[in-house]
Amino acid sequence: MRTGKGSVEKLVCEAEVEIKNADGLHMRPAMQFVDVANRFSSDVTVAAGDNIADGKSIMQMSMLAATCGTRLKIKAEGSDAQKVVGALRELVEEKMFGEPPRR
Amino acid sequence: MTTLADRMEIKKGIAVSPGISIAKSLIIDAEDYRIPRRSIMPSQQDAEVERLKNAFKSAVDELTGLMSTQDQAQGGKIKDIFAVHLRFLHDRGLQKKITDLIRSESVIAEYAVSAVLREVASHFSKVKDAYISERAADIYDIERRLLKLLLGKKREDVRYLTEEVVVVARELSPTQTAGFDRRFVKGLATDAGGRTSHTAIVARSLGIPAVVALEDFTEVVDADSIVIVDGNRGIVIVNPDEQTVRQYERYARDFAELTHRLDAIKEDPPVTRDGVRITLLGNIEFPEEAQMVLEKGGDGIGLYRTEFLYLNRDTEPTEEEHYLAYAEVVDALGGRPVIIRTMDLGADKFTQSKRLAPEPNPFLGLRSIRFCLQNLAMFKTQLRAILRASVKGDVRVMFPLITNLQELKQARFLLRDVMEDLDDESIKYNKDIRVGIMIETPSAALTASTLARDVDFFSIGTNDLTQYTLAVDRGNELVSTLYSPADPAVLRLIRGVIGDAHKAQIDVGICGEIASDPEFIMLLLGMGFRTVSLAPPMLPEIKQVIRSVTVEQCNHLAREVLKMNSERQISAYLRNAARKILPEAF
Repeated sequence: MRTGKGSVEKLVCEAEVEIKNADGLHMRPAMQFVDVANRFSSDVTVAAGDNIADGKSIMQMSMLAATCGTRLKIKAEGSDAQKVVGALRELVEEKMFGEPPRR
Repeated sequence: MTTLADRMEIKKGIAVSPGISIAKSLIIDAEDYRIPRRSIMPSQQDAEVERLKNAFKSAVDELTGLMSTQDQAQGGKIKDIFAVHLRFLHDRGLQKKITDLIRSESVIAEYAVSAVLREVASHFSKVKDAYISERAADIYDIERRLLKLLLGKKREDVRYLTEEVVVVARELSPTQTAGFDRRFVKGLATDAGGRTSHTAIVARSLGIPAVVALEDFTEVVDADSIVIVDGNRGIVIVNPDEQTVRQYERYARDFAELTHRLDAIKEDPPVTRDGVRITLLGNIEFPEEAQMVLEKGGDGIGLYRTEFLYLNRDTEPTEEEHYLAYAEVVDALGGRPVIIRTMDLGADKFTQSKRLAPEPNPFLGLRSIRFCLQNLAMFKTQLRAILRASVKGDVRVMFPLITNLQELKQARFLLRDVMEDLDDESIKYNKDIRVGIMIETPSAALTASTLARDVDFFSIGTNDLTQYTLAVDRGNELVSTLYSPADPAVLRLIRGVIGDAHKAQIDVGICGEIASDPEFIMLLLGMGFRTVSLAPPMLPEIKQVIRSVTVEQCNHLAREVLKMNSERQISAYLRNAARKILPEAF
């Protein structure tokens, strides 16, 4: 449940991750990313080069079309900012969206 | 969100039906939905946003339901696609974007949905990654789903017109045009198409101007804008300025006057200056057009297209429905010949919907007479009705797309079968009904001498004959310049057919769009045609040309043309000859 501005600590957490799976951030990975981000209450923005996308929007994330090797800057703002960044990093770099890595 | 500027824009395409018309645009997309850009009062905005919310919710419900009915084995892939659609619908930015547009521009939900989703789709299609750019198709699909829910029962489509419009579409199918009301549809403009595409044929039968092959007109024109269709010069103008409107109103008046003058020769017979009587018939697509054939001075119906009976419905037409449609025309023509062509549908919803998997190449597939010969009950129904109508006048039956003797024999066999059934039931019909075929494939043209022995007449369908001979899709705007019935190869084939017909002493007529082109009529006469069937609005002009020439002249012209090797040379020669005969019409 959201509380008013100023009454809850607004944490900011940032991290940089690298897309490791061979096919990059196509539709399926983008959906997984957005699903994870939506589990948390913080706002999530993702930057790939000059493009910035709302990490909770499938439309915007799929348009990033980030290929294997792209570095994404994830920024989260909110009470669970740290948690969401951690979960996303795990998804991208460790789980690699459950897909094969670059050969 | 930028809206299109209200600038005047002029686009050039191919003129396929003469005339001028100035009216509001009505854009049809593949699902026949009109997308009106209607404004709403600020007080209605909340209701509109609520409508949008409900449409989103219903769409989600629909997709969820669809997903659950797809089992993993067969529909695994389809399930994934629905999953993607669902995800898009749940996207938090999307509904908000559309809601914002409704409020900021005070427009109806349908328009906002369409505007936002099309912009999203265009962004997707620009992304290099093929997988992502293909998602544009998914966006269009979602748009259609939402629009269907929003428009619901009060569908604003072509059937509910109350004012004059110019219909604009990527292309038009027989299903879509079957609903056109001549009182309101005043012009046609399509991105695709060529001289003999369906759009062209319908426009000519309705007597309204049409321009095709405009390539990207649907992207340039806004809903409800003023559009001028110049079917004489092949130009379409959107948002014309005042000066242009006035200019075109003048052109329209001049053109109407010329048409009027031609109508005056209605009573005069189509006889050449050296006394040769030509039989001038009309091509019709609906029974209502029979009247126009008479008004324009035709001697009968050379091609009664019967496909309309099968379109825009879920069930097959009954024998009675067939019969009434034929009887209506035969009665109207009062003893003049009526040539009824059996069902020629193909690559259309009707034949494709009966298949488990759509044909990859429907134009060369199970269509037309082939479809009929594999759906005997349906075919016999039509034949019964035609035979029953044959007692009312000079009815002749014609089979389309015959490619060999076997097919012809099968069709004639079935006709005899039906005759025997009618005999058993003591139902009257004309036992001597004349049976003919359309020569529209190279195989039929090349074996015409064999086929001629088993029929009473030929009718050369130059539209398809040209298409199959030159291997050019007549509806494909990218190759529309390659398609020409004036191609030496096509002319040679036609000459062969005429020769075979004369040897077998049977009638040979022509019913392709080439027959309604004043530039070609001299060539046709010179090649030996004495029967031509064409779009009714052009009857007076063709008659005018016939009355201005001698067969001698035509023979000479044909001899010259048949010596030529290039289509371009032939077209130029014919154009010059035509200008000399009828300077004011060219």
